[in-house]
Amino acid sequence: MGDWKTVTMPEPLPVLDLSNYGPTSVISSLVQTLPPLSQNSYNLVSAFCTDENIGQCITYINQEISSLGFPPISSDTRGNNDLNLVSVLNVIYELLQLHKKGLRTMEDMETEQLKSSSDMDHLQNSHSKLKEQLELCRRENKSFQERERQVHLKNKSLQNSLKNEKEEVQKLQNVIASRASQYNHDMKRKEREFGKLKERLNQILIDKKDKKMAIEILNYVGRPDGKRSVWKTGKTEARNEEEMYKVLLGDYEHRLKDLMIENAELKKVLQQMKKEMMTILHPQKHGFKEKKEESIDPVASDDEEEPGENSKEYGLDLSCELAREKLTNSIRQQWRMLKNHVEKLDNQAALMQMDVQNECNVVSREIHEEEVDKLKLEIQQCKDFIKTQQQLWQQQVNSPCDEETSSLLQDCYLLEEKERLKEEWKLFDEQRKNFERERKNFTEAAIRLGHERRAFEEDRASWLKHQFLNMTPFIDRKRPQTSKHPCAFSASTEPEVRNLHSSPQTMKSVVTNIPTPKSQSSLKMPSTPDLYQTLCLIPNKSSPEIQPKRSSLQDPNVRMYSGELSTPRPRHSLNSDNYFIYCVSRDENTLK
Amino acid sequence: MELFVCALLPCRRFQLNGWRKGLYKCFRILEVIPGSSELKLRSKEDCLIQKRENNAADCGKMNFSEVFKHSNQLCRISPNGKYLATCVQYRLVIRDFDTLQILQLYTCLDQIQFVEWSSDSSFILCAMFKRGLVQVWSMEQPDWHCKIDEGSAGLVAARWSPDGRHILNTTEFHLRITVWSLCTKSVSYIKYPKACHQGIDFTKDGRYLALAERRDCKDYISIFVCSDWQLLRHFETETQDLTGIEWSPNGCVLAVWDTCLEYKVLFYSLDGRLLSIFSAYEWCLGVKSIMWSPSSQFLAVGSYDEKVRMLNHITWKQITELDHPSTISNPKIVFYREVERRPVISNDDLSAHHSLTTGSSLFSTQSKYEVSSLPAQVPVIKPDPDRPNPKIGISAMAFSSNSRYLVTKNDNMPNNVWIWDVQKLKLFVVLEHVAAVRCFQWDPCHPRLALCTGNNKVYMWSPSGCACVQVPIAGHFQVLSLSWHTSGQSLILLSKDQLCVCYLENKDS
Repeated sequence: MGDWKTVTMPEPLPVLDLSNYGPTSVISSLVQTLPPLSQNSYNLVSAFCTDENIGQCITYINQEISSLGFPPISSDTRGNNDLNLVSVLNVIYELLQLHKKGLRTMEDMETEQLKSSSDMDHLQNSHSKLKEQLELCRRENKSFQERERQVHLKNKSLQNSLKNEKEEVQKLQNVIASRASQYNHDMKRKEREFGKLKERLNQILIDKKDKKMAIEILNYVGRPDGKRSVWKTGKTEARNEEEMYKVLLGDYEHRLKDLMIENAELKKVLQQMKKEMMTILHPQKHGFKEKKEESIDPVASDDEEEPGENSKEYGLDLSCELAREKLTNSIRQQWRMLKNHVEKLDNQAALMQMDVQNECNVVSREIHEEEVDKLKLEIQQCKDFIKTQQQLWQQQVNSPCDEETSSLLQDCYLLEEKERLKEEWKLFDEQRKNFERERKNFTEAAIRLGHERRAFEEDRASWLKHQFLNMTPFIDRKRPQTSKHPCAFSASTEPEVRNLHSSPQTMKSVVTNIPTPKSQSSLKMPSTPDLYQTLCLIPNKSSPEIQPKRSSLQDPNVRMYSGELSTPRPRHSLNSDNYFIYCVSRDENTLK
Repeated sequence: MELFVCALLPCRRFQLNGWRKGLYKCFRILEVIPGSSELKLRSKEDCLIQKRENNAADCGKMNFSEVFKHSNQLCRISPNGKYLATCVQYRLVIRDFDTLQILQLYTCLDQIQFVEWSSDSSFILCAMFKRGLVQVWSMEQPDWHCKIDEGSAGLVAARWSPDGRHILNTTEFHLRITVWSLCTKSVSYIKYPKACHQGIDFTKDGRYLALAERRDCKDYISIFVCSDWQLLRHFETETQDLTGIEWSPNGCVLAVWDTCLEYKVLFYSLDGRLLSIFSAYEWCLGVKSIMWSPSSQFLAVGSYDEKVRMLNHITWKQITELDHPSTISNPKIVFYREVERRPVISNDDLSAHHSLTTGSSLFSTQSKYEVSSLPAQVPVIKPDPDRPNPKIGISAMAFSSNSRYLVTKNDNMPNNVWIWDVQKLKLFVVLEHVAAVRCFQWDPCHPRLALCTGNNKVYMWSPSGCACVQVPIAGHFQVLSLSWHTSGQSLILLSKDQLCVCYLENKDS
């Protein structure tokens, strides 16, 4: 900054010139690069070239320039300084170029310097930081060392104190022991003294013939048992002893009896267990033998022999060691067998689970069938009942009209009978209504079934048509391929279709035969027995697990046919049917 | 006071003939039983109906007699259940238990300090220790009297012999035991009785007496035949400082336990043979209490380590250890907690409550048992280690009359009572109260426990449930102790200076 001021001080002219160069840095560098000139002070600069010394100046410049390797700016030939303008300009240009270059390099250098200086700063910073860190670490290290030392010291002191404590404890224990013994000793001494004192006191009390100590009693009372007291003699002593032993003996006998009873009970339980085990194991053993003889191990064969022996022993009910041992041994063996068996059963059970599930389903279907049968039977019975009731009713209604005299005679109980009959009639009416409702339900169901059947028939007809159209010789070859895929849901749902399946008819006949009667039947209302038939048929068909069986029964032709038949449509209708039937059956239940 | 009562007698007798009609009825039975908490008390009738519904603690209906005075908690029911003896200062009042009318009034020479009925209920002894006097009164002959003066030897204890014709007086300093006979003039002395917690015990059948003795710094036991006071056996025991002896109910085994400094229980046969020694641990404070089961099959040993150990009667080994944990988490255990609440009078209940509360104390708190959800915490008091006889460990145990249940009390859980199922040897029920349990006793006929906590309530437990019943007596009637009548149908409740009889009607009656 100081430099800057010195430059601005002089006249404005050079400043202006210099300012042309641009950035202040250039100026400062300029100033730096021109120390010799500045030494000559301002006068020199300002008065370098005057009118008088132009020539000198030119020569001087010329010399200088030439020494610097530039072409001369003036021709010296005439000894006169003749300025060659072109060369002057060239030189100036070159000088300017050089100058610029110099400036640029200077700039670069400067930036580099800045960079390096900043780098330097940074490095210095980091260096100082690291130094600090190092210092810190050193300090920490020192502190840790110090602490360690302290801990060591503490540890040592603690060990010392522990040792001291131990010694103390030992000492105290000794003290306690000695005190305890001392205490015990003193206690004993005191007690002895106390005893002596007591003795003495007792003596004194007795010697004193204490008048005060007395019993005042109005009259002596009798003993509660009414006996008189007896003199103490050797005899009584012996009797007392005897009685005491009697009491003890009684107690032991009682205890023995208890134990005997308990033992007997336990034995009974054991025997029962054994028997039960035998019964459980016996049939099993036979089964094993039949199935695989190699599985019978020595244990089983042993066991076979034993039951006979043991049963004999039980009969005798021996309680001796031998019998007990045998009993326990055989029980143990049987128990082992039972365990094996149970394990086997467990394994089997795991395998059987699927079958069991299926069985369950089958059972449910059977139950269902039974239920339906039962319901049918019930309905029939109810119908009969209604009929007979109607008949009776008719008779009863008619009879009083026929014989007026008798009605007069029966007048007395006619009224109440009327009441009764009314009630009965009401009941009867209700029943009839119920039945009618039921019937309605059934007819509704039948109608729905009819509708569905018709839809199905239509479906089938369309399909058959399609089939028929496909029966052209062109497609004929493809048939056997399709027949290889029998569908699980063989559409053997409709009785007619099933009939067809069972009949060994040709394909063509099927196609021609079916549509016509079916369309007729679907139009008319199915009768109740018809409905029942369908009802009891439907569950069979709906259960999926027997269908494979049925399909296996079919001959390949039909199977192919059925495979083609299995469109989703009929299956769906079937399901709805099924559902409806369940509804009906529930209604019946509620009505009943 | 008593004369006044006597004057009132005739008219009261009339009333008392049917005490069920004439006396106080139970006014408030607080519902407890699980699942019946929504029941409300509307009126007396409702209360009774509700009672029938939950049959809480089998107590059916409870009736309370009016109160009578007594002093020193001296109030005894005769063994035959006919009489009730109460002491008021120096007077002994004998009442008929059924009618509560006074039958006899005896006046002793000084303030009575101890009363005991003879086994046949025909005599009663009153001891006045300060004077060294025992006075005996007869039920059959009111004129008959007997006075025993121990003279300068002094008197610290008096008791009947099982035959009811001898009185055993212990002189001061346990110098000797004097056996006075009421049949003959004979007087016998037993020297060197040991001054200890329970140094003398008769067998249940009254044939033998076991007496702890101390001679030459060694413990001995003498077994006497009660019929003629002849020494049957005399043997030294393997104890440091014997604390107690107790016969098994069948009278064949004598359990002996050592001082609390050592855990040691010894079993001696009637003939003096050592059957077994049991010691659970060493160094810590040992046995605190012992109780035989009525069947003599088990011996429950309660100790300072808060455990009860059950020993069997065949091998005399431990069967099980009953711990008293401070946290109860087993869901099979029922935890009943007494919950106190101020009577809240809602608008719709106002009239009903009024009719109920006017009879009983209006301002007292009501409380009821509630089944607490598990796990539950039992409040524990930390005993002061500097004091002797620390308040920790099992101090009291009792078997129910049918040996089915065992009730225990742990001293550092004073508010709780533990009921154990003896068949399963498992904790069955825990009862927790607001105050410390003062006294509990089993019904002598049924598995039913009555207990009191020093407030105005009686607590009952039976396997079917439990109940707390407020004693409907005006003023402060703090039940400090209770004792059952031999029939199991009534019990007497003792406050500091009053008593009343509580009659229980079973639901079947």
